[in-house]
Amino acid sequence: MATMTMAKALNAALADAMLDDERVVVFGEDVGQLGGVFRITDGLQARFGDKRCFDTPLAEAGIVGFAVGLAMSGLRPVVEMQFDAFAYPAFEQIASHVAKLRNRTRGALSVPIVIRVPYAGGIGGVEHHCDSSEAYYAHTPGLKVVTPATVEDAYSLLREAIDDPDPVVFMEPKKLYFSSAEAELPARTAPFGRAVVRRAGTDATLVAYGPAVPVALEAAEAAREEGWDLEVVDVRTIVPFDDATVTASVRKTGRCVVIQEAQGFAGVGAEIAARVQERCFHALHAPVLRVSGLDIPYPAPMLEHTHLPSVDRVLDTVARLQWDDQPDPRWLAQGSAA
Amino acid sequence: MTTTPQAVRRASPRTRRPATPAAPDPTAGLLPRTEPVRLLNPDGTPLPPRDDYPEPPVEALREMYRRMVVGRRFDAQATALTKQGRLAVYPSSRGQEACQVGGVLAVRDTDWVFPTYRESMALTARGIDPVEVLTLLRGDWHCGYDPTRVNTAPQCTPLATQCVHAAGLAYGESYQGRDTVALAFIGDGATSEGDFHEGVNFAAVFKAPVVYFVQNNKYAISVPLSRQTAAPSLAYKGVGYGVPSEQVDGNDPVAVLAVLTRAVEHARSGKGPFLVEAHTYRMEAHTNADDASRYRDPDEVEAWRDRDPVARLETYLRARDVLDDAAVAAIAEEAEAYAADLRERMNAQPAVDPLSLFDHVYAEPTPQLVEQREQVRAELAAARDEEGDA
Repeated sequence: MATMTMAKALNAALADAMLDDERVVVFGEDVGQLGGVFRITDGLQARFGDKRCFDTPLAEAGIVGFAVGLAMSGLRPVVEMQFDAFAYPAFEQIASHVAKLRNRTRGALSVPIVIRVPYAGGIGGVEHHCDSSEAYYAHTPGLKVVTPATVEDAYSLLREAIDDPDPVVFMEPKKLYFSSAEAELPARTAPFGRAVVRRAGTDATLVAYGPAVPVALEAAEAAREEGWDLEVVDVRTIVPFDDATVTASVRKTGRCVVIQEAQGFAGVGAEIAARVQERCFHALHAPVLRVSGLDIPYPAPMLEHTHLPSVDRVLDTVARLQWDDQPDPRWLAQGSAA
Repeated sequence: MTTTPQAVRRASPRTRRPATPAAPDPTAGLLPRTEPVRLLNPDGTPLPPRDDYPEPPVEALREMYRRMVVGRRFDAQATALTKQGRLAVYPSSRGQEACQVGGVLAVRDTDWVFPTYRESMALTARGIDPVEVLTLLRGDWHCGYDPTRVNTAPQCTPLATQCVHAAGLAYGESYQGRDTVALAFIGDGATSEGDFHEGVNFAAVFKAPVVYFVQNNKYAISVPLSRQTAAPSLAYKGVGYGVPSEQVDGNDPVAVLAVLTRAVEHARSGKGPFLVEAHTYRMEAHTNADDASRYRDPDEVEAWRDRDPVARLETYLRARDVLDDAAVAAIAEEAEAYAADLRERMNAQPAVDPLSLFDHVYAEPTPQLVEQREQVRAELAAARDEEGDA
């Protein structure tokens, strides 16, 4: 066991994948000599040469489209989109080709590409550097969408993403890059399609993913003072989604809050809330509530903390889960205003 | 900065220093000829041979003629199939036969072709089953052929996106020690798309063996070339990326094959990508659903009939004594048989299976897809039961 950061675990996952499979090539903007702006590819070019890890022209559609061609030739490209919002020029390539080639060709062509997207905020970044863009990808059939919240998961999920026969959008929470934990590599945690209970509890379930998981865990600790014993489920792989684990937890606790950092409307949290409600209706003592970012463009750094789901906001929401089995007057007020 | 008297003096011819040797022109070898390369006159008579683009072997030209005649008949048959409701839509490439056939003749079977939706004729000329080519337009699935079996990407609808795939495929092949060339078809309108520029740039930077083949048929649906570019011609787009480029008379089959052959040789020899612009004309509307009379003059279309590539090549090959009435008739007969076979096979209603919708979304379906598949299966069973009861 050693203490290491998520950034280091991701770097180790790339290096180990390149060592195990010579078809793996890593490329993008500044990933070569520099090692990436977050140093996730640090040392890979020196170790594996500039054919295996290389810089490209500054063109995201080009990077992803190039990866499509490389995958067609039999390679396993891992590309880096430098920041969440910088990936938007590549969206056509991702939505129209990466996601669909297997389907369009009845399985004859597959493009096992990993698109790494450093995403979300909480790092004081200026505009266009902090978007939570996971819903765009999760809404696109054919893509797997994965986001680690722990150091060992970062390693294991990235290894699995590179080995996966389907394209994976690998969403890396920037604010967790330099969080550290005891980890032993090469770690292999639960596979794709499995959510994990990070904290067992009996009173309510907090469902979270990526950067919202530490917030949920902190809120669960703080909730003990209020007398609530909260369970925290880490979604890990948004697609494929693990209904079974989430459903089992909510059926046990009878209450559910879904937490995401992204803006709320039409987001992944909305999908999760709907799925829980469809499957757990008779077990629920209260409506499924959501805590999300506000429905605003990602704010300037000095205002981001108002936007981001906070422990207090999570606890306030937990408080609204109709603990006394009486209608919450705030719901009534909202109802009359609507 | 102000102009000093010294600077003024320096500009004066009397004080100019002896000329230093001119720096080599960095665009040398990159710019296209100012006039499209042409080896046949529009009437099919030959122009003087040229060293830069030697004429292809006459057997290749005869084969090109055969495939162009069959291709044109295929194209007409496909248009007819839209009228019978057998195809949802068909974008014709009538008039572009020299480009459609020349493109695929210039490459090997082991090379990769990246076609657009207008390349149905090219794909049949490449030997792909026409029913598989038309699957997309008939609508029983998307891509009807197995791209890995015929080294041909699915016909690409999102404009210019295939330009980057071609760069990646070509680079990946050379990375793995294979001498594969990628041929990317693209139209004039799509050269305005970002992915055209990103593709050509990536190919150039990584020295990927790609031939970008622009069929400039003068219209992007209704929008004329003048609205796509202010460049002297589309072949001039290569120089900005350091890519050698050429323009060719796209209705001169001999020149098209000659130029593409050289372009493919350039790519295969490790010199990186090559850009070819062929000046041609889309004789039909954008698709059967389009009305070209709303945006182009019938006289313009008539003028292009005089430059018909099939007639042009036929005239030339007859003059070369490699084609006679009997051979022309035999090829026409072959084309008719090809069309009849296609007609017959397209008249059969294709079997579609709603449950197959879930088969190729992922290598293994997600639990949610398994659930949805069960739901559809139940719906189908219920519908069958209702039919049975009725």
